[in-house]
Amino acid sequence: MTTAVEGESTSDAPVPGAAGGSSARRQRGVAPEVLFVTREQYVSVIGGLRDDGFEMCADLCGVDYLTHPGRSLPDGVAPERFEVVVNLLSLSQSRRVRVRVQIPAEDAVLDTLFALYPGTEAMEREVYDLFGVVFTGHPDMTRILLPEEWEGHPLRKDYGIGRVPVQFKGAPGPR
Amino acid sequence: MTDNERAPEFDETTPHVDTVLPAPVSGAEYDEPSPVGTERGLIIETSEGAQELFPRKDTGSEEILREAGAVLRLPEGVILNGDDIDIEQTDDETMIINMGPQHPSTHGVLRLMIELDGETVLRTKPIIGYLHTGMEKTAEELTYVQGSTNVTRMDYLSPLHNELVLSLAVEALLGIEMPARSDWIRMLMVELNRMSSHLMWMATNGMDHASTSMMIYGFREREMILAFFEKTTGLRMNHNFIRPGGTAADLPDGWEDDVTIICDTVLPRLDEYDELLTGQPLFRQRSEGIGNLSAEEALALALTGPLLRSTGVPWDLRRAMPYLRYDEVEFDVIVGTFGDNFDRYSIRLNEIRESIRIVRQIVEKMPAGDYRVQDKKVTPPPRGRIDESMEALIHHFKVFTEGFRVPEGEVYVAIESPRGELGCYLVSDGSPKPYRMHIRGPSFVNLQALPLMMRGGLLADAVVACSSVDPVMGEVDR
Repeated sequence: MTTAVEGESTSDAPVPGAAGGSSARRQRGVAPEVLFVTREQYVSVIGGLRDDGFEMCADLCGVDYLTHPGRSLPDGVAPERFEVVVNLLSLSQSRRVRVRVQIPAEDAVLDTLFALYPGTEAMEREVYDLFGVVFTGHPDMTRILLPEEWEGHPLRKDYGIGRVPVQFKGAPGPR
Repeated sequence: MTDNERAPEFDETTPHVDTVLPAPVSGAEYDEPSPVGTERGLIIETSEGAQELFPRKDTGSEEILREAGAVLRLPEGVILNGDDIDIEQTDDETMIINMGPQHPSTHGVLRLMIELDGETVLRTKPIIGYLHTGMEKTAEELTYVQGSTNVTRMDYLSPLHNELVLSLAVEALLGIEMPARSDWIRMLMVELNRMSSHLMWMATNGMDHASTSMMIYGFREREMILAFFEKTTGLRMNHNFIRPGGTAADLPDGWEDDVTIICDTVLPRLDEYDELLTGQPLFRQRSEGIGNLSAEEALALALTGPLLRSTGVPWDLRRAMPYLRYDEVEFDVIVGTFGDNFDRYSIRLNEIRESIRIVRQIVEKMPAGDYRVQDKKVTPPPRGRIDESMEALIHHFKVFTEGFRVPEGEVYVAIESPRGELGCYLVSDGSPKPYRMHIRGPSFVNLQALPLMMRGGLLADAVVACSSVDPVMGEVDR
């Protein structure tokens, strides 16, 4: 895994992935900064951002890039199957920053942010539940939305969507 | 319940999904389930396994400390003082009871496991997921055109906010400039929706305080707004009115009068609520100083909306990171002081007044123009054009069958819903369907405050604290 960090927390350079266009300017809720970190840097970079005034971890979610491997990433970032996206919010500076970390499928493990932002507790459980990414150090790594004995992680791209068989609609595939 | 075994210890060094997965109900019973109907069978049927709160006899003293920290959603040392927890207490003195999932005070299918000592709440754990329908998975199968029908069903008390956040995210990826009138129509609709959502909350919160009159009044006022929604969008709820590229239709003739009548009627009735509840000694005694939160706790738990503002943090996305045309209207951000239930009540009550203020300004400032963007690839042509033009027919067909393609990229957009920060993280791979759509539901995150707010309080106050978080389970479980 490479160790590229795209942009520093203080830089205002345009970053890939940030939406352009005039609508994005008007809607200032759009995150202007995206950081790419490795798993080793993950906790320390986010800890640094918290010290820089990002008081709140607004959101933490996972993405499974199984069927979209050729996505555009900055140089030096090797695409992996899973990605965990952390949205940090600074109330004092009215600023958002998004941290993206690549997680390989064969070792879907990431350190927890619980010690930095206790509010990520439920969000990390949700990512574990729906993607199967295990957060080490999490105090209560159980499923949250699905029953505990559920098999599989539904938001993975290789997890089929359910379908109710309908008479006279013989077309294969969903919908 | 009493037969449950403790979940296997979670080893922090190695990831082992398999050891976490099986439910901790002892395996023998799982292999041969007891007949349905017996007490034992019922426990197994309804068990949530390791997600549940476990009795103290199955938990070591260190584990109780740690778990109390986890249940309170805070790591040791930050807020929780280890001395506060009586680890010597045995199960003979405490009792774990279930509240929900079918309980009128949990506002939906929320299940709370509450450990009680007499009437005092010691530990609480919300168990959610009873309304999980995989809407984020469904969203990946729907085109961007169909997407708003899906998200509008998440937070069913403020459906227009859900539609708005998805539309803003799609438009940010498309990079299209919206016509002014569509922004103002959207603002009008979401502000009315904020009023209806808060009125609904006033009603149910009144009910939780045993004020049945408030229940009736809140629904009465909300009904006026829903009638306007029905006139405008065709539906009382789940409107699918705000769509990527604008709105579904223009406002109906005479909307200014309708909206003005709503404002003129609701405003004096808010003063009636003041008489009914705000000045009531009984109501104040039950809400002041109950369910306290501090600003540090609220920020650490990522609470937003009235919960955060009640602790004195003046954070409102409409003001701090304006979207639509919120920088062109005047309104106040209502901020509390003590972070208790009464502050949250006052904030919501006064936010209705501020929404009325905004709506009145919108009536004055509404510009003429298009209600949707004139981009043939995004917006279906008007009905009349389809009869005249072959291209219009083709565009109409393409938009509603294949949908429109959105450039590759990812974006996070957040708006202020009645419950807090409603975010949408959207990933596009260049196809007509979202590659990933994640909704950051404010209720889902805000629910984490519940164990903290209830701890040390009375069971009767737990009902009110739950109401004061204003969780909408459709959004929590998605």
